[in-house]
Amino acid sequence: MKKTALWCAGLMAALPLSAHAATEISWWHAMTGANAEVVTKIASDFNASQSEYELKPVFKGTYPETLNAGIAAFRAGQAPDIMQVFDVGTGVMMGAKGAIKPVAEVLKEGGQTFDKSQYLAGIVGYYSTPEGEMLSFPYNSSSPILYYNKDIFAKAGLDVDNPPKTWAEVWAAARKIKESGAATCGYTSTWLTWIHTENFAAWNNVSWATNENGLAGVPELKIDGPLFVKHFHELADLAKEGVFVYGGRTSEAKQNFTSGECGILTESSGGLGDIVKSGMNYGIGQLPYDETAAGAPQNTTPGGASLWVMGGKSDEVYKGVAAFFAYLSKTEVQQFLHEQSGYLPVTMAAYEATKASGFYEKNPAREVPILQMSGKPPTENSKGVRAPNLPQLRDIQNEEYEKMLAGQQDAATALKNAAERGNAAIRDLTGG
Amino acid sequence: MRRTVFPHRLLPWLLLAPQLAITLIFFYWPAAQAFRQSMLKEDPFGLSSTFVGLANFRKVLSDPNYLNSVQVTAVFSASVAFLAMSIALFLAVQAEKIIRGKGFYRTLMIWPYAVAPAIAGMLWLFMFNPSFGTLARPLRVMGINWNPLLNADHAMILIIAAATWKQISYNFLFFVAGLQAIPRSLLEAAAIDGASRRHSFWTITFPLLAPTTFFLLVVNTVYALFDTFGIIHAVTGGGPGKATETLVYKVYNDGFVNLIMGESAAQSVILMVIVIALTAFQFRFIERRVHYG
Repeated sequence: MKKTALWCAGLMAALPLSAHAATEISWWHAMTGANAEVVTKIASDFNASQSEYELKPVFKGTYPETLNAGIAAFRAGQAPDIMQVFDVGTGVMMGAKGAIKPVAEVLKEGGQTFDKSQYLAGIVGYYSTPEGEMLSFPYNSSSPILYYNKDIFAKAGLDVDNPPKTWAEVWAAARKIKESGAATCGYTSTWLTWIHTENFAAWNNVSWATNENGLAGVPELKIDGPLFVKHFHELADLAKEGVFVYGGRTSEAKQNFTSGECGILTESSGGLGDIVKSGMNYGIGQLPYDETAAGAPQNTTPGGASLWVMGGKSDEVYKGVAAFFAYLSKTEVQQFLHEQSGYLPVTMAAYEATKASGFYEKNPAREVPILQMSGKPPTENSKGVRAPNLPQLRDIQNEEYEKMLAGQQDAATALKNAAERGNAAIRDLTGG
Repeated sequence: MRRTVFPHRLLPWLLLAPQLAITLIFFYWPAAQAFRQSMLKEDPFGLSSTFVGLANFRKVLSDPNYLNSVQVTAVFSASVAFLAMSIALFLAVQAEKIIRGKGFYRTLMIWPYAVAPAIAGMLWLFMFNPSFGTLARPLRVMGINWNPLLNADHAMILIIAAATWKQISYNFLFFVAGLQAIPRSLLEAAAIDGASRRHSFWTITFPLLAPTTFFLLVVNTVYALFDTFGIIHAVTGGGPGKATETLVYKVYNDGFVNLIMGESAAQSVILMVIVIALTAFQFRFIERRVHYG
């Protein structure tokens, strides 16, 4: 017995010596299900491709939980090397100058060539400074699109092959679905903040906030503008008629669609997996736009998450991170990521390769968000939105929207309150 | 009373050390940290922090959303404590009357206590979700436009029901024990004197249960204030609007979602003061009127 214990102790002491001296790189992420498998596969493939570095992915919970874990770890001096942060947290990370190291810098110092023109402009632009320095590496990007239930469309006498293109058409189709009794609810949507506010602004080329929506400086919200008021007024009317059903603040409404309760849904392109899994007869269209807006449709902005490199690590670690990002940019890796997870590719080459492979002919839904995002060169209204406290701004908007949908206030009041409260919160933070 | 004398001065401290260490590390240290942070204005990463004195407290206390949260908490906690205790008392009294299958009945009553708050929340959410809830449909058929996603009252009713349901078992257990401690002879004497069941309950059983009731009042208030976070998080997330954002939920939301560290810390310090005050009040004033058997 004693002998065995001694032997074990000896073995344990000897182990670190026998293992090869690869530099460990930690990667905290928030991916679950099929997307988590993609992370594991990419990491093990990267580790197999070279022997100098060992990438260790660690699951840290939901997006906000991962961000919080990273912040807490940083404060305790235990920050990971790479951290996946969702789009909403981008402003928070950008504000943390000493805590992060810009990806462009990491790549350059790591001896990797970084050619910005190879990447999809809309996505990379969102994760760069106004001067064009890429701060984080876009890992998974998505964009909101329209889904519709073909069976319900047929029952309601609507054109099954032509989904509504404008909001006016969506309202009309939704009313018809309800009136004809094809379904109890015509239309529902996930993320009223991301889809009906931030992307609504970009897609219709109206300003979400000053300073290029916050990309060029401290933003002042403009979401109480006339086009927003018109849109939310229409939405509130539909809610009153019972044609629009509210599902919740994040992606809960997907369930109202997959259960067959609602005929039309606007949701992230990343939500496709669950809709496919439900086995329903669905169709896909572009995100609707407002036909009264000049120049609409413009382009949509990316959602999803990017990889941030934390500051204060050794050069060895940064070299490894640079090598990993170079590996991640490879066409075949991007293509794999895009086809498996449903997120968008970040390089032009990967997009072209996927197109050439005939993937989009079989899966047309996968191309819609790319076309939406890069169909037109972005304007100052459509590069994305950024605020040092975007989670809080969204929270405020959700509260006001919920009060509006419950009939406690009209659209103009809701948007005015959301803008005023939001701007007060921004001023509070920036000391302005 | 005889004092226990330890042979060595160090020994009692040594024996106390583990407990003291746990208290210091897990209670006093975080509390001190909260105090420190409540006086600072800091970015999430702690890269820059400025001492702002009591500015965070002033801001929190003048924030109408905070006052709303106080109101929400008062309604929620009072409802949960009252309902959980009265329903449990009723069930305990009924369980006493049963002659056969007492154990079986009691065991069933205790089960919900083993359910984790988040799971309890999910259960109620699934039953009462307006679109796929199994019990939401009958409500609609009855002509109630049930929608906790947008209707503030419905949302409040839902979390009160879920939180109450989970706590009934615990209260039930203590009331059953309390009822068994009441001498049979008193109740029999009352019956002989011709007191009705209801009369003997209010004049004999209820007053004699006072110590149990008092203990449960403290426990239930603390439960409603602090342990219901999981339920609220799972069922309403503080919404619609801010209709179900209790004080504890607001601390979480401001600190961990909105990343406003200083104000969140100030709120947790205020909560600490509230709990200390509440407990002191309950022990000083209410306990005096309780007759311990």
